[in-house]
Amino acid sequence: MTTATTRRVKRLPLLGWSFIFTVYSLLGIGLIVLMTVSSALLVLTVGLPLVVGFAYSIRGYNDVYRLWAGHILGTSVIRPYRPIPKGNLFSRLRVIGSDPATYRDYAWLWINAILGFAISLVSLALFASTIFYGIMPGLVQIVPEGVLDLYLGPVEVSRTQNTLLYWVFALISFGLWWWLAPKMMVGYARLAAVMLGISERARLSLRVDALASSRAETVGTQAAELRRIERDLHDGAQARLVALGMSLGMAEEMLSNNPAVAQELLTEARQSTSLALSELRDLVRGIHPPVLSDRGLTGGIQALAIGSPLQVQVDVVLPARLPAPVESAAYFAVAEVLTNAAKHSGATEAWVRARHVRGSLSVLVGDDGRGGVVQDSAGGLHGIERRLNAFDGTMHISSPVGGPTIVSMELPCVPE
Amino acid sequence: MRVVLGEDLVLLREGLIRLLTAYDFEVVEAVDNGPSLLRALVTHRPDVAVVDVRMPPTFTDEGLRAAIEARRQLPGLPVLVLSQYVEQLYARELMSDRNGGVGYLLKDRVSQVSQFVEAIRRVAGGGTAMDPEVISQLLATKPEPLERLTPREREVLGLMAEGRSNAAIAGRLFISENAVGKHTNNIFSKLGLPPSEDDNRRVRAVIAYLDA
Repeated sequence: MTTATTRRVKRLPLLGWSFIFTVYSLLGIGLIVLMTVSSALLVLTVGLPLVVGFAYSIRGYNDVYRLWAGHILGTSVIRPYRPIPKGNLFSRLRVIGSDPATYRDYAWLWINAILGFAISLVSLALFASTIFYGIMPGLVQIVPEGVLDLYLGPVEVSRTQNTLLYWVFALISFGLWWWLAPKMMVGYARLAAVMLGISERARLSLRVDALASSRAETVGTQAAELRRIERDLHDGAQARLVALGMSLGMAEEMLSNNPAVAQELLTEARQSTSLALSELRDLVRGIHPPVLSDRGLTGGIQALAIGSPLQVQVDVVLPARLPAPVESAAYFAVAEVLTNAAKHSGATEAWVRARHVRGSLSVLVGDDGRGGVVQDSAGGLHGIERRLNAFDGTMHISSPVGGPTIVSMELPCVPE
Repeated sequence: MRVVLGEDLVLLREGLIRLLTAYDFEVVEAVDNGPSLLRALVTHRPDVAVVDVRMPPTFTDEGLRAAIEARRQLPGLPVLVLSQYVEQLYARELMSDRNGGVGYLLKDRVSQVSQFVEAIRRVAGGGTAMDPEVISQLLATKPEPLERLTPREREVLGLMAEGRSNAAIAGRLFISENAVGKHTNNIFSKLGLPPSEDDNRRVRAVIAYLDA
């Protein structure tokens, strides 16, 4: 996980985690023992269901570490397992047995039993000694004289010096805990991510697959878009300009001998330019709305809200202009969702909320309609999804029957 | 009538100067970018400004911003904005100071020369000239506060918003001027506009319309 960004780790929750993990890593030892024993039993057939069962348990057990490491590192640690077939136990065992992730899981149990336990314990111990030395002076007051006196070699230390020394110890262990606990835990989380996540190679190959399919889609969409633009220009503006030339040419001929007809033709020519212009305008809007270039996504969404037949509340706060392709994708996505809401949902009100958080643009569009949106492969919503895919974006629709419908979109991007 | 012109495309700028001069306007200065436009408007205080929305240096809505800023500094400065496309957002912003003397027209309306010139004169006189496309977009979308109007009244309001006089509206709708007056009064009362400042009520009706 080279791209993992470490979030600022809060120390107090870490303390809770170390407490849990001291116990939890011991549980892991139990799993090691059980697994080892049942593997030995494989020679007899009774071992078969046991091994498969424990393999599942180990996966579940390690899921806790995946979640935890993902939480600490601020990324998600992906489960690396090959899919297990639904068939009989033997074929399941074969898949489990041939999956390298199984062995990494098993290795993690060992590492965790030793290292995880140790780290958690050190962290706990440092914190405990802070508290212990912190309250020692008080303790000394309560217990009878002589019990808790401190000796430094042959020298007996006086009560006042005693108190000071305890507090020095408390400070030292607190300092150590403060400095060391997060480092150890983050390091430990990194190790867990490496051991329990998919390997870099597997991650890259998954990524390549995803990129290949999204590129194919993007290329396809682009080509279709270009064809549409070409057709619109050819049938619209170009044809109008030809008609315009004809009208003007005829007017030129008629000017001297039939001024009335010439004037009619000129009027016609002027109307033709108007139509050509309005067709070009629509075309430009479909390619890249001018308001989007002028005002960015914020202005674009405001304009959409004004243009929508629904009452649309706009709440868009963005740090700066986003890259133009992202603005455009998000704009058309919001436009499509609002159009859908106006056409099919029976809604009267809608809202759009957009923020840039943790490296991606997040847009939510909701309406008060009747819900029950189905996302089929031919619909406009699927078109949006494909558009977003090109940017590694995702879309999620929540639309229970009876409403409300909320469409959420995420687009990774860096503000300019 | 003194005009300041802001348009960055040479061809259009020269064309507009020729057109305006032919109709007895005096073009005191023609500029090709936002900052010079603002400066020119503030120094010349023209009777009317004719401004392109998109201009250098940013080639976005520089002209519109300059016009709005000029109107902030010189309240009531009549501005007619020309644009390749109409955007209700901009129409609203232009009218947001609730003062008359604004227009927002598509550039191709220039080709209907006499109507275009009439629109400039109307804006210079404190009236409005909204492009029919702004109006039709509004009619197509949000009728909310305008729901109380009858279809005929909406038609009248639409033409009023374009900036037409009662006589022109009567001519267009083939009804008597009296009937138009009745409709406009109904519109004013339905939109809650008291009859105190009679001159401005038309503009305020348009603003109510744009705010819809």
